[in-house]
Amino acid sequence: MSDHTTQHSDDHDHGLAHVMPIPIMIGTFLALLFFTGLTVFIADQDLGEIDIFIALAIATLKAGLVATYFMHLRWDKPFNILMFLFCFGFVALFIGIALLDSNEYQPAIEAYYNATTEIVETP
Amino acid sequence: MSAAVDHQDQAHHAGDDHHGHSPFQAHHFETMQQQFDSGKLGIWLFLFTEILMFSGLFCAYIIYRYNHPEIFLYAHKQLNTTLGATNTVVLIISSLTMAWAVRAAQLNQKKLLIWLLSATLALAGVFLVIKYFEYTHKFDLGLYTGRENVMYQLQHPADFQELHEEVEENLAKQAEEKKEAEAHAVSEAEAVDAHPSEEHGDEHAAAHDSHGHDGHGGPEQFLDAPRNTQIFFGIYYMMTGLHGFHIVAGMIAIGWLLSRSIRGDFSSEYFGPVDYVGLYWHLVDLIWIYLFPLLYLIRS
Repeated sequence: MSDHTTQHSDDHDHGLAHVMPIPIMIGTFLALLFFTGLTVFIADQDLGEIDIFIALAIATLKAGLVATYFMHLRWDKPFNILMFLFCFGFVALFIGIALLDSNEYQPAIEAYYNATTEIVETP
Repeated sequence: MSAAVDHQDQAHHAGDDHHGHSPFQAHHFETMQQQFDSGKLGIWLFLFTEILMFSGLFCAYIIYRYNHPEIFLYAHKQLNTTLGATNTVVLIISSLTMAWAVRAAQLNQKKLLIWLLSATLALAGVFLVIKYFEYTHKFDLGLYTGRENVMYQLQHPADFQELHEEVEENLAKQAEEKKEAEAHAVSEAEAVDAHPSEEHGDEHAAAHDSHGHDGHGGPEQFLDAPRNTQIFFGIYYMMTGLHGFHIVAGMIAIGWLLSRSIRGDFSSEYFGPVDYVGLYWHLVDLIWIYLFPLLYLIRS
């Protein structure tokens, strides 16, 4: 925590926090628009199985831009950034562990579906 | 943590504490800097709980998609990518105006702040209006959650006799029309061409092939749905609904900021609330950035 004093080095003399320069704001905005267009364009290309991962990678890039610039994380206290990363660590743990045994009850669920639903035949 | 903040504030403000006492400085804070940093820590903690709450829904999504990809492949056709992309752009623009509003508050630009907050509020409204049209279109087709969903009802004909009869009637009618159409194969082809292909040109043709009808209209278009497709709509409504609820909460918060900024509360000395609501608003945008590809851009 001793490095807390250093992050104010680029601070303005009058401010409580970093003031975002307009070019960075506009640049972030344009990058977000570009990646939105890109992800829609890529979705319509036939890339097979990996397109979900490409879409998620682009979404993560966009989320990173929003967090870094719009949410000022780049100029925020290291403690807040650390907590932000911790939070995603816990999300990853949560989803990862939940996924581990999600197949466990599939046969029972499948049997239940098949017993209770009826696919109406199309003539 | 608070000890560290105290220490840093004393270091930072030791020399330049010449501002006097702001009317917005709560008595339990030593300095405006301490008050601002505490508020910031508070809003971040709140946002982390928000991320964890949404992650529950993302977890449901991932597990269900992992186990039943066919449901997502089938059901995503009911979502309109153009409207989803438009809403993404609307939220990105509103994020820009919000980020700019924080800057305006920090630089004492009162008029600009009021203007930018109004723009953010209006864009949030646009988002909700588009969402409203998306939802009502699905409701018209009978795509609700759970038992109310027409796909569920089609797969449980014993429980939903009326729907079953309607579907059989429609199918019989279409079979007749098809026979007639086959007699006039050439004019039929022209008629198909003349049809405006509405939202999804590709599926239009596919539906035409598999059912021998035009793909729009009655519940019989969902006869080929995989089992439990209604669960996709449950996930869709819960994720976008919870997100929409956050948009409404954000609009209330921005409206509050707007009234305070008109009153002239905010300045370079005191802009914490604008910054905190801004962070919240960006998080709502951030969640939509994930929702959009996960729900609207499913292709394989």
